[in-house]
Amino acid sequence: MAKIKGTVVIDTEHCKGCKVCVVSCPCGVLDLSSQVNGKGYNYCYMANPDACTGCASCAIICPDTCITVYRQKFE
Amino acid sequence: MAEFEVQKTQENLVYSRTKVLTDNVMHYCPGCSHGTVHKLIAEVIDEMNMQDKTIGVSPVGCAVFAYNYLDIDWAEAAHGRAPAVATAIKRLNPDKMVFTYQGDGDLAAIGTAETIHICNRGENVAIFFVNNGIYGMTGGQMAPTTLIGMKTATCPYGRDPKLHGFPYKIGNIVSQLEGTCYVTRQSVNTPAAVRKAKKAIRKAFENSLAGKGVSFVEFVGTCNSGWKMDPVAANKWMEENMIPAYPLGDLKDI
Amino acid sequence: MKEVKLMKGNEVLAEAAIRCGADAYFGYPITPQSEVMETLMEKKPWETTGMVVLQAESELASINMVYGGACCGKKVLTSSSSPGISLMCEGLTYLAGSELPCVIINVSRGGPGLGTIQPSQGDYFQATKGGGHGDYRLIVLAPNSVQEMHDFVFDAFDLAFKYRNPVMVLSDGVIGQMMEKVVLAEQRPRWTEQEIIEKCGDWALTGKTPDRKHNIITSLELDPYAFEKFNQKLVEKYNKVRENEVRYEEFMCDDADYVIVAFGSSARIGMKTMEMAREEGIKVGLLRPITLFPFPEKPIAALAERVKGFLSVELNTGQMVEDIKLAVNGKTPVEFFGRAGGAVFSPEEVYDALKEKLIK
Repeated sequence: MAKIKGTVVIDTEHCKGCKVCVVSCPCGVLDLSSQVNGKGYNYCYMANPDACTGCASCAIICPDTCITVYRQKFE
Repeated sequence: MAEFEVQKTQENLVYSRTKVLTDNVMHYCPGCSHGTVHKLIAEVIDEMNMQDKTIGVSPVGCAVFAYNYLDIDWAEAAHGRAPAVATAIKRLNPDKMVFTYQGDGDLAAIGTAETIHICNRGENVAIFFVNNGIYGMTGGQMAPTTLIGMKTATCPYGRDPKLHGFPYKIGNIVSQLEGTCYVTRQSVNTPAAVRKAKKAIRKAFENSLAGKGVSFVEFVGTCNSGWKMDPVAANKWMEENMIPAYPLGDLKDI
Repeated sequence: MKEVKLMKGNEVLAEAAIRCGADAYFGYPITPQSEVMETLMEKKPWETTGMVVLQAESELASINMVYGGACCGKKVLTSSSSPGISLMCEGLTYLAGSELPCVIINVSRGGPGLGTIQPSQGDYFQATKGGGHGDYRLIVLAPNSVQEMHDFVFDAFDLAFKYRNPVMVLSDGVIGQMMEKVVLAEQRPRWTEQEIIEKCGDWALTGKTPDRKHNIITSLELDPYAFEKFNQKLVEKYNKVRENEVRYEEFMCDDADYVIVAFGSSARIGMKTMEMAREEGIKVGLLRPITLFPFPEKPIAALAERVKGFLSVELNTGQMVEDIKLAVNGKTPVEFFGRAGGAVFSPEEVYDALKEKLIK
């Protein structure tokens, strides 16, 4: 059975840790890191990468446009 | 799980930052709606292949530095005067795609006359209006769109209509004017709302190129710093309070 | 062949705007200059040269339309009268702060406040010392004839683009409403898009093409050191203007004992006074500043070395006299005579003042 998987790349220096992506992800993939970036923000990361389908909801809503999304179909 | 490792190739790319956005980190507070609206405008300009033909007019207010984030030619207008500036730019450059980007203080208070008259003349420009019910840049004072009872720095006990007058829906007012062809109220609080908002931006730009008159796209937005909430709570507060006062949807589409 | 016509000052402004190849005029009606826009609307230049003419909802809007047009490297102008210029002062400081070339015509009337629709030169301070906030200067040209109303529109655009600075033509109700013979210049073509890119492409909003960075027109700079540097750059520009663009006329100053200094319509009256005095054997000369900024300080300072006194003659309560005093720097007496509120002096009144205050 074909499976669609996704992944995201987060520009952690652009991220301000607003968490809007975290609550917008339908699959619970993202969370805020306990680490901080150069500006002192807890940036977002893939806490549950296996659940990502590459739907891009997080990237679409990100006010700082710091998420890049990839999606691949596995047969 | 190595068998399901997604390859980060061009072929698998589904979302990336548009080239119309510069690399600058926006000065906006975390979660601010301005960032999302900027991005959508940039994406639409990119998709329409109009980067070299678009001229933006930025306001005074939080979005004063919009010119640092979209890689197009920009004019920074005096407070409230963006519609007058845009009028001249478009009249003198009919082949350009011209838009103003304004907040509630700029567009609905100090610039009310300019707003009404650009809409009445039906200039072929798009107006993008972010309504978050507060003056963000100056530190959270009352705006013309501040809700009744809402607390700001200049109505610390809540907006009392007897003292401060009423919030008003300028979108409804401009929809009554002959010169507007498209007036809509959108939001960017959920991925679905963002998708709809982007379609509205596209339509506004296309209308301006088709010479149909003013397209007025209002975005009900958040100001989590001014509202003194975290970004997620601000979105929730907006859904419960702002959107009932400023209902989403098209007010005019001809 | 030369085209010579009998025309009203305000109508000539409109004619000159079209003929110099202006791209747009934005205005709002106000007495005593409403004929400027009326003439333009009647002539419909959008059908001939392609010039845009638009009646705005206020002077605030019209000056900001000028800002919008100037942002694009277009030749744009507006005209108004004193209370309207007060409203435009916000736009003027933004235009100066963004270094935008444009032309503003003030056919001035009496103030303060709503004042009167009669002529006045009470806007000298406003024109030359700011009006809006911050350290900026307008280049100010003061016509004293219908011919100069015509010529200075051309000159004003040349200066505006040479220095990337707003230029004001400070006229008054006398010259705006007066009819005189005028020699009209030939129609100049408007600049093409390509010409604008060649002349102004490094700053104007012509569309961000891949070969250049995006152009931004703004007067905002939050870094105090960067903004101080910018202010200093403006000072250097204004100093260049002071060095190169001073214009004035001298009449019979070579042997003069007393010199009347007057600009615009006052200079015409002062000329008559000078003739009256000369007929009586009193050696009176006249210096007419044509540029009010830059002010002809040097020629006045040179005269101050040898004349017995200056009389500043103005249709106000004493404004330019301060600049004369600065130029003279105490070397010789500087007196003032003026009338205000729309009243205009006669040559005899000026002569009486000259005798009373200086000749004695």
